[in-house]
Amino acid sequence: MNIIDVLIEQSPALIIAIPLLGAFLMPLVSRINSTVRNIFGLLVLCLTGFFVGILASDVLANGPRLYIFGAKDLAVPMVRILFEVDSMSIFMALITMVLAFITLIYSWSFMKDHDGLDKYYTLVLLLITSTLGMELTGDIFNFFVFLEISCIASCALIAFWISEGEALEAAFKYIVVSAIGALFVLFAIGLLYAQYNALNIATLANVLKYTFLDKIILVLLLVVLGMKAGLVPMHMWLPDSYGRAPPSVTLIIMGATLASFYGVLRVIFTLYGNVLSTTMRFSIPLNVLVGWILITLAIISIIVGVAMALVQSDFMRLIGFSAVAEVGYMFLAIGAGIAALGTPYATTALQGGILHLLNDALDIGLLFLVAGAVYYITKKRSLDDISGLARNMKYTTVFFVIGLLAVVGMPPLNGFASKFLIYESVYQLNPILSIVAILCSILMLAVFVKVFYAVFMGPELPAFKNVTEAPRSMLLAMGVVAALMIFIGLFPNLVIDALVKPAADALLNHAQYIGTVVGGV
Amino acid sequence: MFSLESGSGFWNPILWIFIFFIAFLLFYGIRGFGKSAYKKDTDQTKAFLSGNEESSAEEMHVKASNLYWGFTTSMKTVYTELRKMHTGNASDYVLWFVIILAFLFLIIGVM
Repeated sequence: MNIIDVLIEQSPALIIAIPLLGAFLMPLVSRINSTVRNIFGLLVLCLTGFFVGILASDVLANGPRLYIFGAKDLAVPMVRILFEVDSMSIFMALITMVLAFITLIYSWSFMKDHDGLDKYYTLVLLLITSTLGMELTGDIFNFFVFLEISCIASCALIAFWISEGEALEAAFKYIVVSAIGALFVLFAIGLLYAQYNALNIATLANVLKYTFLDKIILVLLLVVLGMKAGLVPMHMWLPDSYGRAPPSVTLIIMGATLASFYGVLRVIFTLYGNVLSTTMRFSIPLNVLVGWILITLAIISIIVGVAMALVQSDFMRLIGFSAVAEVGYMFLAIGAGIAALGTPYATTALQGGILHLLNDALDIGLLFLVAGAVYYITKKRSLDDISGLARNMKYTTVFFVIGLLAVVGMPPLNGFASKFLIYESVYQLNPILSIVAILCSILMLAVFVKVFYAVFMGPELPAFKNVTEAPRSMLLAMGVVAALMIFIGLFPNLVIDALVKPAADALLNHAQYIGTVVGGV
Repeated sequence: MFSLESGSGFWNPILWIFIFFIAFLLFYGIRGFGKSAYKKDTDQTKAFLSGNEESSAEEMHVKASNLYWGFTTSMKTVYTELRKMHTGNASDYVLWFVIILAFLFLIIGVM
């Protein structure tokens, strides 16, 4: 076994250990000076990114990889935690790493004048650790532990600008909602353990009988993770939190939100994968019922998200509501994929939903970065107070236009590629759903045209006559995201073939996920 | 390689850019037939407000919250209900969570 094989073998553990260790070392390193702290943060992410990269190349080439913490001997029951990394988990980890790098680079300039940055970077690294943990673990209790860490780190980051009362209020609401949700997840895990004497997702999926308790567990996990992903009508914490957190960390908080969306996929496709299409409910297959429940909530999310975004005057809150609508598009695709399981367009819908997951992270992420740049320069949140910034913030304006076009699904940007797959596949399930989704995209265009006019066009207000462009590190972060969006928009097939199709196949082929553990340990 | 297949259609961004470029050249050519009488920094560039003085930038600025006034007014009933739903109260957030939980319990679990 050569060194690369050893590194690949150990990478699932190192992906968690490195940022976790980095988080705890950060307060010490920060005592030296800010440059060393910044370089240390970048080094930690580069190392983590390296391990995510080599693990991704291995998983995409050779299938799921197992990592066992604890006893490998079956004679010692349950004293172990399994990490199972398949193409879907690694796809999520790659998204998290991209968001983490952007967050770090953007924060260098955005947060440089603030106090308590040792705590800030510690929390950022903890949030990255927990998000990666949620994505890589194959143990449902371990998933809960990482979910809790992500809740606490997110809450602290939302409240980071503690001098603003509203940040504290948003963090309070977030922790109330998250804590209640986490308790229900713990209750569901307790029920699973009581019935099957196991906590490993693959083992549970293998023995799940779909008893009455299993139905309760399905509902609990779906609703809590749906709420954490921002599904209407449980979305209200999301615009509050995204609107009040420092814009530099909104991206990585969004990464944690997307990890909850990943949790929904894992529960439906893997945990309940064996019973999904074989169980009947009201004389219809369970997958059709669950699919249509998700579709209904998704359509409500899209309509409510866009409609509420249209009337917002707070820049970041407006993007928060748009994020709710984008989550709706993802759930619409996944719901259609589940409802039509087994048909060719179900696979297309699933691929569209998974690609949209990446696109949502980039598009909404870029818009938050632009909103942050505008706030950094003007210290204003309300769209009513800003005007004519395009004259002095030319690069930021260009990045906003790219974000605007991508988020509304304008060709040839990345948003169009995923929405094209979603519209086409959902149309085959029910044309009305597709028409509603397209109309809401047009309304989304109206939302961001309003922002474009209000912030960048219009007369030059005397207060902003001498504003300057955003600092270089912020422009670099926005530039990298914009470049990725253009690349995915121009070459969607490269991303779909390399990452999205394997991820969709991993979800659909749950027998492989189960077999890796049940046949491997 | 560049064509994205959906099963019922396809999307080729490179082809789209090529067509867009041709259209741009066409429009640019047509533009060349226009009169180039535009003179910068003359009265030609000032807004004509029926002989009234041009107001200051602050007064001329149409604020973001005034945009789409017609749409939001015609949808007043919907927006009243949506705003009522978004109370900003954490107890209501939990209430919605419980409502959805109960609803799904009925559909998937109990009925």
